[in-house]
Amino acid sequence: MENLIEIKAVRHSYRTASGPLPVLDGLEMSVPEGGFVAVVGPSGCGKSTLTRLVAGLLIPDHGEVYVHGTRITAPRSNVGMAFQNPVLLEWRTILQNVLLPLEIVPSKLSKAEGEERARRLLALVGLEGFENKRPSELSGGMKQRASLCRALIHSPEVLILDEPFGALDAFTREDLWQIMHRVKAEEPFTGVLITHDLRESIFLADQVVVLSGRPAKTQFVLDVPDTGPRTLDHLYTPEAAAMLNTLRHQIEIAQGRVPAGAAA
Amino acid sequence: MTGRQVYVPVLAVIVFLALWEALVWVMGWPNYKMASPSDLIPAYQKYWELFLVMGWQTLWRTVVGLLLAVVFGIALGMIMGFSRVMRDALYPLLVGFNAVPKATVVPIVALMFVGAHDFNTVLIAFMISFFPIAVSVSIGLSTLEPEYRDILRSLGASQATIFWKIALPKTLPEFFGALKVAVTLAFIGTNLMEIVSPHGRGLGALFDSGKTNSDYPLMFAVLIALAFLGIVLYYVVVALERIFAGWADRTA
Repeated sequence: MENLIEIKAVRHSYRTASGPLPVLDGLEMSVPEGGFVAVVGPSGCGKSTLTRLVAGLLIPDHGEVYVHGTRITAPRSNVGMAFQNPVLLEWRTILQNVLLPLEIVPSKLSKAEGEERARRLLALVGLEGFENKRPSELSGGMKQRASLCRALIHSPEVLILDEPFGALDAFTREDLWQIMHRVKAEEPFTGVLITHDLRESIFLADQVVVLSGRPAKTQFVLDVPDTGPRTLDHLYTPEAAAMLNTLRHQIEIAQGRVPAGAAA
Repeated sequence: MTGRQVYVPVLAVIVFLALWEALVWVMGWPNYKMASPSDLIPAYQKYWELFLVMGWQTLWRTVVGLLLAVVFGIALGMIMGFSRVMRDALYPLLVGFNAVPKATVVPIVALMFVGAHDFNTVLIAFMISFFPIAVSVSIGLSTLEPEYRDILRSLGASQATIFWKIALPKTLPEFFGALKVAVTLAFIGTNLMEIVSPHGRGLGALFDSGKTNSDYPLMFAVLIALAFLGIVLYYVVVALERIFAGWADRTA
């Protein structure tokens, strides 16, 4: 399978008042077409920087980022993004919010077709009947679902999710995990998910990348075996427990709490 | 607008006038100490033509000054909102300029542009009212969460698109808040010019002639007329706010 996203030997520093602050050093990652990779790592290790590199919002000091074989040097319209903060535009209805990318990206869809697609996506995430509501009338989980629809409306090749469920309560979060599986089945995409939640990473992704502490490099890669459609029950199997344990150890190493050799 | 939104404020005004009348009557004040609402009616009857002519002069000069303040304030706010360097450079100048009492600027302006009464009055109204607009627009733009920008930038949108689609509408509630303050300030500016440097135009001049002729009820009548104009203009801004930034109102 061809790799849709290819990150090669990326090094990046931010300029600060007290000199350059290296955030990424030796980052390697590849995501096959249709793959879904979760990125975990200690707080402030540069996970969000990684998403900005893939989106073309940031150009790395060294190394290369490729999407579909093209080296990324500027933002391209084939990316959809959703953040922890749903950033919906309060003066627009939910439907108008979802349609926003189509106003910017050159699209083959006519206005009616775009609207049709937006309504279908909203129904897919369970927001049927909320098309004409304002964001302020929606709960946090509903806003996040609308934000997801906006990220997908222009059929992007790459979906970047930067801790989209981080601010939600546990039940709403699990609800959204299941919705993500439904969306992926209907609207195939190649995904990069930044998360702090190890259960979320193994429930949603087919590969989990652990980044080391700052400056971050790829420390560990865990493949989540494909055992058919996943349900929440899968999180309570011995296999899941073993994966979570491995990841937890890797995070501890990344945090510098445990020397690398001590991990089982 | 519901019936309640009309009769509650009207009732409040009537209660206020009644209390005022009662206060003057109970204290037994002569009208040169404090005129009562009932003293004002003859003043309006006697000078109604002057009130119309001069009220209009005050109103249009205030509105023109305010419009200039809106245009200039938005432009300045945009420059300071988008550029950190410009913000650092302009803020002290702006605060210093705003700290200068405009009453002291009036004679300077009057000397600088001798005879250009309308221009001078508009200028003072403008100078006193652009500050809150510039500050609110600059704060609105500079506090835009980066995710908003990223959502559009990742799609390849230009800076201009980001401004029109997100930054501008998002700043509107702050802008209208500032505009409400600017409306009253602009009236103060117009009247400062009309009273401190009288040239026979506007309600300020009518006030001044009341003072010269010891016509105390006329002076109070002018104050009430000014308050009335202020209220009218304020509600014009409220109506515009409902149209352009009604989405920000969460009380409904």
